[in-house]
Amino acid sequence: MVQITLTVNGEPVDVAVAPYKTLLEVLREDLNLCGTKHGCELGECGACAVLLDGQPVLSCLVLGVDCGGRAVTTVEGLASDGRLHPLQETFADLGAAQCGYCTPGFLVTAKALLDEHPRPTRDHIRDALSGNLCRCTGYQQIYEAVEAAIAKGSR
Amino acid sequence: MMRLPNFRFVAPTSVHQAAELLAASSGDTMLVAGGTDLLPNMKRRQQAPGTLVGVRHIAELRAISSGDGVTIGAGLTLTDVIRLRQGFGGQAREAYGALWQAAAQVATPQLRNMGTLGGNLCLDTRCNYYDQNYEWRKAIDFCMKKDGETCWVAPSSPKCVAVSSTDTAPALLALGASVTLVSANGTRQIALSDMYRNDGIHYLTRQRSEILTSVHVPRLDGWRSVYWKLRRRGAFDFPVLSVAAAAKIAKDGTVEAARIVLGAVASRPVEAPAEAIAALVGRPLTDDLISEVAERAAQPSRPLDNTDFTLVWRKRMTKFFVSYALKELRGDDMRARRLKVSRQELL
Amino acid sequence: MKIVGTPRRRVDGRAKVTGQTKFADDVVLPRMLHCKLLRASVPHARLVRIDASRATAHPGVHLVLTGNDFPIPYGILPVSQDEHALARDKVRFVGDPVAAVIARDEQTAFDALDLIDVEYEPLTTFADPEDSLANPTPRIHEYGDTGNVHKLVSLQFGDVEQALADADRVFEDIFFYQGNTHLPIEQHAAVAAKDPDGKLVLWSSTQTPHYVHRALAKTLEMPAAHIRVIATPNGGGFGGKSDPFNHEMVVAKAALLLDRPVKICLTREEVFYCHRGRHPVLMQFTTGMKKDGTIAGMHVKTLLDGGAYGSYGVASTFYTGALQTVTYHVPAYHFQGCRVFTNKPPCGPKRGHGTPQSRFGQEIQLDKIAEALTQDPAELRLRIVERPETLTANYLRVGTIGLSECIRRVTRAADWANTFRKLPHGRGVGLACSSYLSGAGLAIYWNDMPHSGVQLKLDRSGGVTAFCGATEIGQGSDDVLVACVAEVLGIDPLDIRPITGDTDLTPVDLGSYSSRVTLMMGNAAIQAAERARDLLADAVSRKLGVPRERLVFADRRVFDTEDPGKGVTFSDAVCLAEAAFGTIGTTGSYTPPKSAARFKGGGVGPSPTYSYSAAIVEVDVDPDSGWIHVPRVWIAHDIGRSINPVLVRGQVEGSVYMALGEALMEEQIFRRLPPRLSDALVHKFPSMLEYKSPTTLDMPEVFTELIENPDPRGPFGAKEVGQGPLLPVMPAIANAVYDAVGVRIDEVPITPEKILKALDAKAAGKAPRYGPSHFPDIPWPEPVRVAPPWEGGDGKAQDVGRQKEEGRSTAAKAVIRS
Ligand SMILES: Cc1cc2nc3c(=O)[nH]c(=O)nc-3n(C[C@H](O)[C@H](O)[C@H](O)COP(=O)(O)OP(=O)(O)OC[C@H]3O[C@@H](n4cnc5c(N)ncnc54)[C@H](O)[C@@H]3O)c2cc1C
Ligand code: SF4
Ligand code: FES
Ligand code: FES
Repeated sequence: MVQITLTVNGEPVDVAVAPYKTLLEVLREDLNLCGTKHGCELGECGACAVLLDGQPVLSCLVLGVDCGGRAVTTVEGLASDGRLHPLQETFADLGAAQCGYCTPGFLVTAKALLDEHPRPTRDHIRDALSGNLCRCTGYQQIYEAVEAAIAKGSR
Repeated sequence: MMRLPNFRFVAPTSVHQAAELLAASSGDTMLVAGGTDLLPNMKRRQQAPGTLVGVRHIAELRAISSGDGVTIGAGLTLTDVIRLRQGFGGQAREAYGALWQAAAQVATPQLRNMGTLGGNLCLDTRCNYYDQNYEWRKAIDFCMKKDGETCWVAPSSPKCVAVSSTDTAPALLALGASVTLVSANGTRQIALSDMYRNDGIHYLTRQRSEILTSVHVPRLDGWRSVYWKLRRRGAFDFPVLSVAAAAKIAKDGTVEAARIVLGAVASRPVEAPAEAIAALVGRPLTDDLISEVAERAAQPSRPLDNTDFTLVWRKRMTKFFVSYALKELRGDDMRARRLKVSRQELL
Repeated sequence: MKIVGTPRRRVDGRAKVTGQTKFADDVVLPRMLHCKLLRASVPHARLVRIDASRATAHPGVHLVLTGNDFPIPYGILPVSQDEHALARDKVRFVGDPVAAVIARDEQTAFDALDLIDVEYEPLTTFADPEDSLANPTPRIHEYGDTGNVHKLVSLQFGDVEQALADADRVFEDIFFYQGNTHLPIEQHAAVAAKDPDGKLVLWSSTQTPHYVHRALAKTLEMPAAHIRVIATPNGGGFGGKSDPFNHEMVVAKAALLLDRPVKICLTREEVFYCHRGRHPVLMQFTTGMKKDGTIAGMHVKTLLDGGAYGSYGVASTFYTGALQTVTYHVPAYHFQGCRVFTNKPPCGPKRGHGTPQSRFGQEIQLDKIAEALTQDPAELRLRIVERPETLTANYLRVGTIGLSECIRRVTRAADWANTFRKLPHGRGVGLACSSYLSGAGLAIYWNDMPHSGVQLKLDRSGGVTAFCGATEIGQGSDDVLVACVAEVLGIDPLDIRPITGDTDLTPVDLGSYSSRVTLMMGNAAIQAAERARDLLADAVSRKLGVPRERLVFADRRVFDTEDPGKGVTFSDAVCLAEAAFGTIGTTGSYTPPKSAARFKGGGVGPSPTYSYSAAIVEVDVDPDSGWIHVPRVWIAHDIGRSINPVLVRGQVEGSVYMALGEALMEEQIFRRLPPRLSDALVHKFPSMLEYKSPTTLDMPEVFTELIENPDPRGPFGAKEVGQGPLLPVMPAIANAVYDAVGVRIDEVPITPEKILKALDAKAAGKAPRYGPSHFPDIPWPEPVRVAPPWEGGDGKAQDVGRQKEEGRSTAAKAVIRS
C-alpha cells in the first residue's frame, strides 16, 4: 500500500492505495465515490472519464499511485453551493441522460470543454465528446443539453 | 472489472534516475508514460512487467526547443503536441501538418490527454489474435507473440506479423525526424526510421534499457505535410492504413522533394519505394502523376488479416489514400473528403 | 392534459446527472465477497473432470462452485429449460460458465480461476447453421425438433401457392442479416445476500426481475416468497438483460451457502458471451404482386442461427414471420422458420426482437418491386399499408395505423420528390417502413393473471407512492408511471415517489421487454389512479357539497369546474378521504385483450396495438472505394400520443443510432481456427474497441417527426416507441445505396468492402449485388393451415388433408430473382 494525498472534488483526501489499483478503483472502492462508471476498463468507452487537474482522462487507465498531489473532479463534484452545474440541469431536462450510465463521463468531459471554450460550435462539441460512447441517446439530445448549458451560463 | 496484475511502481524525477533504474533491473521492468497502451495490455495479461517506471515526473521529457527545426520531449501528451501547432508559427504549421493531423486523430480526446508522444512511437504492435484477454488467447492456444508458438495470421511465418499501429510514427518519418535514446551507458541519436524493425515482436531497435527522451524534427522550409488515416469510426479506432506525405513544392508547382510513408500495413511504418518518389520529383502534381505515383507508392502495402476490415480492401484503399494525401499537398480543398473518410474536417 | 404531452425533466433525471442512480455494481455491502466465473475455453466438449481443489485451497478463496451444485435447469421460456448455472456434463461455446470462485476480492477470485483444472473431451463443433442442418449428431442439446434443429415452424394463411400463381409478377429474393449485440455500456452485475430474516435478496441489472425471481425459486428449490429480486436501474438493456443469467444463480447460491453478500460484475468480454442478441438470419422472400401494385401473396422462409441455447429463440423464430402482415396488407401468407443450435453464445431478443431481419428483407424487396413496376416506392407503400382496426391474415388485430401519415411526413421532410433517383451519382436516398408491437399479448409462461400491476399509496402528507414491478432501463418507465398517475390526480410528477422493480415491494409487471411497459403499466397506473381519484372525489364532494362529476383534479387542487375558487388542496383531499374511508391504497392492473389467433404458434405477434415508423436515409457512397457516409436521417413515428415528448424523441433517436450501428458496422462474428491447428471457435473481437459502436463523429443528423393520433388502447392514447423506430433504418440505407450507385447490398452490415464488391460485379457485367444466393433445403413440417379472416376463417387451424387441388393454375410463372 502506498499512502497518497490528492484533492478530490476540492477536498484533500489521504488514502492508502494498492499499486495495481487504477484511479477508477480508488474512487469507487476506496473512496466510495460510485458516481464514476466503467464499461470496459480498457479505455474503449469513456464511461470512466474524470477530470485530472482539469483535463478529462480515463480513470480506468490512470494509476492510483500516480495521482498524489493531483486534483480529481468526478460527477459528485460538479454541483456547488447546493446547486447543480448548468450542464447537470440541462442534461436532466433535455433527455441527455437516458439510462444515465454514460452520463457522468459525458458531464465531466463537457465541463472541461466549456471551461476551456465557453462558446463551442456544434462540431466542436461533437469532437470533444467523441471519446464517450452512449448507446441510448444517439447523442443529439446531449449536444442540445451542452448548447443549452452554454446559453444558461452566459445569461 | 478488468484489473491490473501486481507490480512495483517507481517514479523517478530525472532521465538519469530512470536510466539507472532500467540499467539495474532484471529485464521485466518497463517504462510507463500515459499508460494508455501498456495498462490495457497488462490488464489483458499480454504484457506482465514486474516493475513499472513512471516517467510522468521527469520534467526533461516535456521540454520543447526550437532552433534548427524543433525538438519535442517524448513525455508531452498528444494534446500538448496538437497545441504546439499554434506555437510553431504559420510556416511550421504547414510543414509539420502531418504530425498535427496524426496526433489529432489518435484514439479519443481523453486518451490524447493521457497518451504521450514517446508512448505512441513505442506503441506495441497490434493484432486481432493478440489484443485479447487472457481467457480468449487461451482458447486459441495463444500465439507466437505471447505464451504460444504459432502465428495464427500466417501459420507458416517464422516471425510475428502484428501491425505497427502508431499514428505519429508515419507522420514523423515523412518529416525526416530523428529520436534521442538515453541509457545509463550514454545517449544516441538515430533516425526514427532506424528505430523500427519489420518484426511484430521485436518491432523496435530500442534497447530495453533506453529511454526515448525526445524527437527532433528538422527545419522544413517550403515543405507541406499531411496525414490520412483509415479506420472504421471517427474516433477510438487505431489506423488500419495510413498515409503520411510531405513535399517541397516550388512556386511553379513542381515537386522538389517528397516523402511518402505508409502506416499499419506491416510491423513497421513503410516508406514508399524510391521509384515512386523519383517519379514525383521535378514534375508538377497533375492528376495523372498523382494516380501514377499512388499506384507505385501503394506497392509495398501488404496488409494481413489481423485488423479491422478485409485485407484485400485495405490493400486496394492504399492508392486512394496516397492520392488524397498528394491532392491535399497540391492544395486541393479536401475538407469534404476528410469529412467523409475521417468524419472530421481537421482544420 | 397538463402533464401528458408536455416536455419535462424525467422523474429520475436528477439522480442520473448527479451520479446518484444506484446501478448494480454500485451496491456495496459489509462483508461482501466477490465472484468470478471460469468459462469454457473450448466450443463443444464433454466435461470429463473438474478439479477445484487447488483453487479451493488458494488463500482468500471462500468457495468454489461447479455444475454439481446446480442440478436444476432453467431458461426464459418454459419450452427451453436448457441452461444450467454452471455446466454439468458438457460445454457448448467458448464462454460457457463452468465453475465459479468466490473470494475476498475480485483479483483473488480471478487468480484462482487458473487453478481449476478442467478436462474436456472435444466434440464436433458447429459453427454455421448449415453445419447444424447437415449433421444431426452429436447433438448440442438432447431436445429440439430434430438433430441440431431447435425449432421448425410452418404457418400458412390462405392458399399462397395459388396466390403466387395468380400474381402478375413474382419476386424472389434472398437476404442475410448478420448477428449483432446490445452492448449496453453497463456490464451485467449482481449482488446477492441473505437478509436478516435469512431470506435471499438479489440486486441485479435485469430487465425482467419477475422472471429471474421464478428462475431462482426453481433452481435453488426455494419458496419464491423467500426470495426478493431487486432490479437496479439498468445502464442500458436493449434486450440483453432479459434472460435469467448464470451469474445471478451463482451469486445467489453462494450468498446462501456462505451467509455473506456476494457480488459479481461481468467484464466486457463476458457480456459478449451472455449475448442473447440479434440472431443471424438467412431469409427468402417470395412475393406475388398484382398489376395494380398490391400484394397478392407472400411466402417467407427464415433460417436462424440460434447459438448454443434456447433463450427466447422459439419466440424469435416466430417473430421473423409475424409482422410482415401488420405493416402491409398481405391476403395470403406462408411463413416457414427454422432455428438451429450452433456452438456460439446464445442469441435472443435485441431491440426489435426477430423482426428487424425480416423487415430488412421485406423493405428491400419492396424497393426492388417498385423499381421493376416503375412505381415510386413511397406511393407503392401507401397503396398497400394495412388497414386500421382489422385482423391480418395471421390473425393479428391491428389498432390505429399512422403509417401513411409517417410516409407522407418523411417524404415531405426529406424532399423525396426532388431527391429520389435525382441526386448525382454517389448520393442517394432510400425509404423504408415498419411496425412493432406495443407489448407482447402473452406472457412468457401461460397464465391468466395481469401483465402489469400498480399500487398507489396516498397518505395525509399529500404524497403519493406508486409501486410497480416495471424496470427502469433508461427508457423512462419510472417517468411514465408517475406521469400517468400525476395526470389523473392533478399533481406534479415530482410529488410522486416511484418504487419499481422490486419483487418484495411491488406488484408484478412482467418486465421491460417487447415495448410493453408504457402501454401495460400505463393502463394499470391510470386504473389505480382513477380509483384513488374516485375515493378522493367522494370525500371532497361530501365536504364541499359539489357533485362528484363537477370536481376537477389539477394544479395540486381538487375543485369545482363551475366555480374554480371552490376547492381543497390535494393533500387536504387525501386527508378527507383518509378520514372518510380509512387508509388509502388502490390498485390497477392490465391484462391484454385475448388474441384472435387460436392456432398453435399464434401466441407470438399479438399485441394490444402496433406502432408504425417510416424513415428516409441519405447516403454518400464513393464509387471508387465503396466508402459509405450517412449525413442525414429523417424518421417519422406513429406514437399514438407522447407522454413525455423529450423521452419519446430520445427513444426515436436512440433507435436510429442503434440501427445505424447494425446497418453499417456492428457485427457479432466468430473466428474458426483450422481444426488441424487448434479448432477454436471464438468470438472474433469481444471488446468495445473492435465491436464498432458509432461515436459522436459517426452519427448523422436525425430529423424526427412524431405522429400523434391517440390509440384508445394505449394510456392516454400512447403506443410504443422503444423499438419500432430502429426497424426501417437498415433497409432504408440499403435502398439509398442502390439509389446512389445502383448496387444492391442484400445483407447487413453494409460495409465499404461489400459495396465495392457489388460495384466490381456491376462493372464486370454481373448482377450488381452483394448478398447470399442460396437458401438451404430444410425439412419443413406440414404447415399449420389457417384460413384468413376474409375467407371465413375463425383463427383456428384447419384440418390437414382438405384443401389444395381445384382450379390451381399450373402455368409456370416467371420468377424474378435478384
Ligand atoms: C481505445 C484506444 C484507442 C487507441 N487508438 C489509438 C490510435 O488511434 N492511434 C494510436 O497511435 N494509438 C492509439 N492508442 C494507443 C495509445 O493511446 C497511444 O498510442 C498513446 O500515444 C500511447 O502513449 P502512452 O504514453 O500512453 O504509452 P504507454 O502505454 O505509457 O507506453 C507505451 C509503450 O511505450 C513505452 N514507452 C513509453 N514511454 C517511453 C519512453 N519515453 N521511452 C521508451 N519507451 C517508452 C512503454 O514502455 C510501452 O511499451 C489507443 C489506445 C486505446 C486504449
Ligand atoms: S501476427 Fe501472429 S504471432 Fe503476431 S500477434 Fe498476431 S497471431 Fe500472434
Ligand atoms: S471504463 Fe471504458 S474507458 Fe474506462
Ligand atoms: S444514456 Fe445510456 S449509455 Fe448514454
